[in-house]
This record gives sequence, structure tokens and C-alpha cells, in this order.
Amino acid sequence: MAAAILFENVSRRFGTVRAVDNVSFEIADGEFFSMLGPSGSGKTTCLRLIAGFEEPGAGRLLIHGIDTAGVPPYERDVNTVFQDYALFPHMSVLDNVAYGLMVRKVPAAERHARADEMLDLVKLSGLGGRRPSALSGGQRQRVALARALINRPRVLLLDEPLGALDLKLREQMQVELKALQRKLGITFVYVTHDQQEALGMSDRLAVFNEGKIEQIGAPQDIYERPATAFVADFVGNSNLIGRAAAQRLAGLAGPLSVRPEKINFAADYSDVAPPVKAAGTVLEVQYLGATTRYEVELEAGAIVFMVRQNVTTGRAIGPRVGDRIELAWDPGAMLQVSGDDRG
Amino acid sequence: MRSKGIRAPWTLKLAALAGLAFLHVPMAAIILYAFTTETKSYQFPPPGLTLHWFAVAWERQDIWDALALSARVGTVATAIALVLGTLAAAAMQRSRFFGRETVTLLIILPIALPGIVTGIALRAAINLIDLPFSFWTIVIGHATFCVVVVYNNVLARLRRTSGSLIEASMDLGADGVQTFRYVVLPNIATALLAGGMLAFALSFDEVIVTTFTAGQQTTLPIWMLTELVRPRQRPVTNVVAVFVIAVTFVPILVAYYLTRGTETVSGSGK
Repeated sequence: MAAAILFENVSRRFGTVRAVDNVSFEIADGEFFSMLGPSGSGKTTCLRLIAGFEEPGAGRLLIHGIDTAGVPPYERDVNTVFQDYALFPHMSVLDNVAYGLMVRKVPAAERHARADEMLDLVKLSGLGGRRPSALSGGQRQRVALARALINRPRVLLLDEPLGALDLKLREQMQVELKALQRKLGITFVYVTHDQQEALGMSDRLAVFNEGKIEQIGAPQDIYERPATAFVADFVGNSNLIGRAAAQRLAGLAGPLSVRPEKINFAADYSDVAPPVKAAGTVLEVQYLGATTRYEVELEAGAIVFMVRQNVTTGRAIGPRVGDRIELAWDPGAMLQVSGDDRG
Repeated sequence: MRSKGIRAPWTLKLAALAGLAFLHVPMAAIILYAFTTETKSYQFPPPGLTLHWFAVAWERQDIWDALALSARVGTVATAIALVLGTLAAAAMQRSRFFGRETVTLLIILPIALPGIVTGIALRAAINLIDLPFSFWTIVIGHATFCVVVVYNNVLARLRRTSGSLIEASMDLGADGVQTFRYVVLPNIATALLAGGMLAFALSFDEVIVTTFTAGQQTTLPIWMLTELVRPRQRPVTNVVAVFVIAVTFVPILVAYYLTRGTETVSGSGK
């Protein structure tokens, strides 16, 4: 079976900027696929290429095995949830949702019935008569979703759909979107710069940087085995240990990446593997509620962050600023990364 | 915005009132002398008031002819301006191309140039291509500045309309025509109405460009100008002037209310 989306050496330039630079990847049918990256990394351009708002300058883009060259947006079996929602301000919520059916000349009674069904699906029953301007941000987001789903697309494109919502609502919508995708069984292509969102929702994700894909894989692969220094740094937090310090600490050719939560105080270390040990001085202690974050200057010549869960009640009795401590971590937590040496 | 505690000095208030009076008392005079019983000079106060001149004006076929010509010219010039102005605004909003700023300047130019320059240029061009002066030469002359008014209004509206609305429409399966019909047009409708009414008002009282492009024809403003030079029943001119004030004032007021709270109705200053 053909992939839902297939990029073959696709490039798209704007003037002299290579927004998408010779990118190849595929998205399987029914997959929740995220494109993660900082702004200007090419992820949104890739989404717009799929939607048909941009045409590739070079390469081929196939949707369900069909070459999209010259196919306008309105003839593609994909629909988009826009970052700013792009609801039609002069129409009611019901007419917004029914728009995709209206332009396909579905009779009014049928399209309104189906629009009502979609509003039920996104839990907005009874709000069809309102104007978009009379809705909250979260409600508008749901209308945008209902409107994009009414044509029953095989691929739904979502361009940072939760970007404008506050944290609580965003977390709730993440759960709902994932459940919706599972229920509908269609492909979701999700653009975000929020790594938590990408990790939490995706079956697979691609990390974009400067128009290229740095790494593509399941969330665990991306997080636990970042392929490049960029991925290690952009997805989650990471300590980058430079060549010289890596050599001194572990006898390995650097640079190395170690996640803050993988670093223990030597006294607490309980893994089976003999640990890598490093002595250092505490530079900073930040109490963050659920966790405490320590900044430690290692004698081997690197500054690392570590994060400990505050599992005990009462005041934490941890090391203080200026204390000399010993740290330990599983050698398996050290990842050799390519890319620049910033240690 | 009201500054708290600081009140304008009475001299400034007086100056402001004098300024307003300077602008509007002459208009009041026009209205007053449309009712005077005295025909030759502007004597104050008028010796008597009468509705006689309205009846006289009603009977004069030359006024009706001029009025009809002005109305037809205004309507056709506005129609042309609505189409061309909208197309130009859409192109300018959508595309970035080489020479874009130059084209913008060229579109705006007719309203920035003194009417007399536009008039001379048009007359020279009309002579050059041996076009006989007609209804259409007046329309062409008026359309040059009417297009600008519509263009400015529509462009201002398009700038405030999210570009993703059009993309959303296309994404949902609407082709270009459907997108224009269901999304673009409803969003620019009031801008078109406001721009169109302003364009009509501009055309309706235009003298300078018309003088150069009308040939032997007489639009209403031209008729008034000739009446002033060769006075014959002078209050009749005032009656017509009152009529013109009413006709021009209503659309400008409506346009103002339609675009209230939005960007300025550009070009209303011509």
C-alpha cells in the first residue's frame, strides 16, 4: 500500500532562502506524524506543500501514491486546521463547518445535519448559531477542527493548532486530538515547535532544522537516542559534554550528550552497570516544585545540569551552592552526537 | 483621548469655532440664497423668502439634461472603478513582484496630481488618437481618480482580512470563483460600497478634468460654472447647489458610517 504522504527529494526556495532543502521522507496511512522544529526550520512549508499552498521547486510529492504536481488545494484529499483557525467571520459556526459541503453543492438539509454531527464530535453541540467572534479561543479551535473534518479527508494537516491556547487547555486538547485521531483512523500531520506536544502525541516525528530533517523516528528513539547535537538540544534538555571533557570522564571521543534526569548523586546510584563518576562543585540550586534543578561544574571541565524529583515531603535536604559533590550516571546514558562541539 | 485636568484656553476654542464657521457659513449662505426673492446680487438680509426658484429650476430642461449626464457619468465611472480598483487591490495585496511599488504609485497618481494636469494630459491623449469628445471621454477622465478611491478602500480592507481565509476556502474544496463569491466578496462588501459611493460623489462634482474631456457637453458642475459667469436667474444656481450638497452629502455620510472604526477612507480629500 502506498504511503499517505511521500516526499522525494523535495526542495522549496523563497528567494535565496532554502525553506525546504532536498527532503525525503514518508508518512504511513493512519499515522500520527509530527513535524517538530524551531520557527523557520521548514516544517510549516512542508505542511503547505502537502496542502497545495506551495509547489515544490524540485522533487516529487505524492499523496496516497498520486503525484501532486499541478493539483490545486481544492482537488486534494487533505484538509487543514490553520494556526489562526481562519474561521470565516461573516458566517455562523454551523455555516463555517458546513462550508466544505456547501461548495460541493450538498443540499442544505444534509449539510447542516452533517455539520451538527461534526459539532457533536468536537463537543460544541448547540453553538452552531453563533458567530466565530462570540466563541472562546478553545471553542474556535474546535470549530476549525470540525470544519476541516467534514469532508472526511484521509489526511488532516494541523499547523500549530494549540499554539494560541493556555497551558491547561492545551494539555486537554492534546489528549482529545490523540483520541480523535485514533477514533477516525486517518493520518494526522501535526506541525509544532513544542517538543512535549510532539513527544506526547506522535507515533513518529521528524525534527526539522534549517530546511532539513535532522532525525526521524518514534518519540523514544528521538529522545533516548538523538542523532545530532541539535536534536539532543532541541528535544528535551541535554547536557553537551565537549571532546576534552568526554575524553577525561569516560575515555570516549566526544561530544557526548547526557539528559539531566539521568544524572544521579553518587550515593543514590542504583543501576547495575558500573557508573561513570564525576566530582564537581554546585553552582546553582533551583527549587521548581516537583523537581529541583542543580547546576554543577565538573572538575573534568564541563558544566552540567541535573534534575531530581522531590519525592520526600518537607524540606529537601540536598546539596547547597558551593558544596563539593560526586555525581554518577549509567554509561549507557551517554550518547555520542555529531555536530558542533560546544562543550 | 481626553486629557484630564488640562482645559483648552478660550482663545483656542474661539479660533476653532472661527475655523469651523469659515468652512461652513458659505454653505449656509448658498442654502439661504436659494430662497431669496432678489435675483441680481447677494443682499443681506434677503429682502424676502420664496420657493419660487425651486419651481423655476424644476421647469428648466438644461438643468435636467446636465443632471442626467452627471448621474450617468458617475454611475458608469463608478462601475468601472469598482471592477478595476478591486482587481488592482487584489493583485497588490497578493503578489510581491518587481516594480510593485512603481505600479502602486502609478495607480495613486491621478488623485495626487492636480486635476488640471490630468485634464490636459487626457485632452492631449484624446486628440492624439482622434477620439471624438463624448460621454465616454468624460467617463474615462472620471474613472482615473474613481479607481484610486475604490483601490484604496479595498486594499485597506484586504490588508485587515487574514490571508489564510482564502487558503482555508481553497483547502475546503472551493475553487477561485467560489472563494471570491463566498469569502472574499462578503469581506470586502462594505469597503466596495463605501469606495463606490465616494467615487460617485467625486465624479458628480468634478469640474476640472471634465472641462478638458467634455467637449460641448454639460455636466451639472459645468452648468453651474457657466451660470455663474452669465447670471440668469441667479437663485436657480443656488437651488441646484443645494441639491448637489444633498446628493453628495448622503453617500459620504453613509460611507463614513460603513467604514467607521476601520482604517481611514483614503482619498476622501480630493
